[in-house]
Amino acid sequence: MEWLKITGAVIALIGSIFLFLGALGVLRMPDVYNRMQAGTKATTLGTILTLFGIGLYKLDWIGQIIMLIIFIAVTNPLSSHALSRAAHYSGIKLIKTSIRDDLQKTENIDKEKDK
Amino acid sequence: MKNSFDYFLKILFWTILQVFLYVIWTKAINPGNLIIIGLFALASSMIFAKNLPLPSFAVKKLIYFLIYIPFMFKEIIKANIDVALRVIKPVIPLNPGIISVQTKLKSKIGRMILANSITLTPGTLSVDIKDDTLYIHCIDLTGIDEKNAGEKIISNFEKYLEVIYG
Repeated sequence: MEWLKITGAVIALIGSIFLFLGALGVLRMPDVYNRMQAGTKATTLGTILTLFGIGLYKLDWIGQIIMLIIFIAVTNPLSSHALSRAAHYSGIKLIKTSIRDDLQKTENIDKEKDK
Repeated sequence: MKNSFDYFLKILFWTILQVFLYVIWTKAINPGNLIIIGLFALASSMIFAKNLPLPSFAVKKLIYFLIYIPFMFKEIIKANIDVALRVIKPVIPLNPGIISVQTKLKSKIGRMILANSITLTPGTLSVDIKDDTLYIHCIDLTGIDEKNAGEKIISNFEKYLEVIYG
C-alpha cells in the first residue's frame, strides 16, 4: 500500500504545480480572453490530477472522487465559455496585437441590419 | 404501444442511474435506505421522464465514445503543457484572434460537447456559437491561413462526435 500512497502524493503534487502555473498565467496574460485560456485549461487538469491523487492516497474515496472529476470536466469549460461570451458582448476589446476578430464583424453586420 | 415501452425504459434507466450515483456517493447499502432512495428516484424520474432523452446504446456509438475519452484526455494534457510553456517564458508568445468555423454537427448536445472540447484543446477557446457557426479565440494564429482556418481544429473532434451524436 505504501507505493500507492507515494504515487497519489506525486500525482497531487503535479496537479498543484499545474494549478500554480494557471494562476501565474492569469496574472501574466494581457487580456481577458488569453487569461481565460490559461485559467480554464490549467485548472481543469490541475483539479483532476489533485483529486485523483487524493483518491489514490485514500482509496475509500475513489468513487466520490471519480464523480467529482466527471462533474468538473463537464462544467469547467462551460463556465469559461459563458464568461468569455459575456465579456465579448459587453464590449471588452481584444488586445491590440490581435490579428482578426470574426465575431466583431458579424456583430457589426447585425447592427447595420437593425438600423 | 412503442411509446409507452419507451417511457417505461426511460423511467427505469434514470431511476437506476440515480440510485447508483447515490450508492457511490454515500456508500449506504442497507435495504431500508435503498428502498427510500429508490422511491424518491422513481418519483423524480416519472416527473421528468417526458423531457429527458433515452440514451442509445448502439455498439458503434459506445466504441467511439470509449475512444473519445482517452483522446480527449490526451488533448487536455497537451493543452496544459502548451499553456505552461507559454506562461513561464519571459515574453509570452502571443498572436491572438477570433476566427469563425462552420460545423457539420446537427444535434444541440453534439455542438455543446464540441464547443467544450475545443475549449479544452491547446490554444483555443470557444467564445460564441450561432446556429452552425462557432467563434473560436486562438492564442496563436501564426501558420493558419485565411480560408479554412478552423477546419483543422475541429475536424478531429467532429470525426468522433458525428458518430456519437449525429
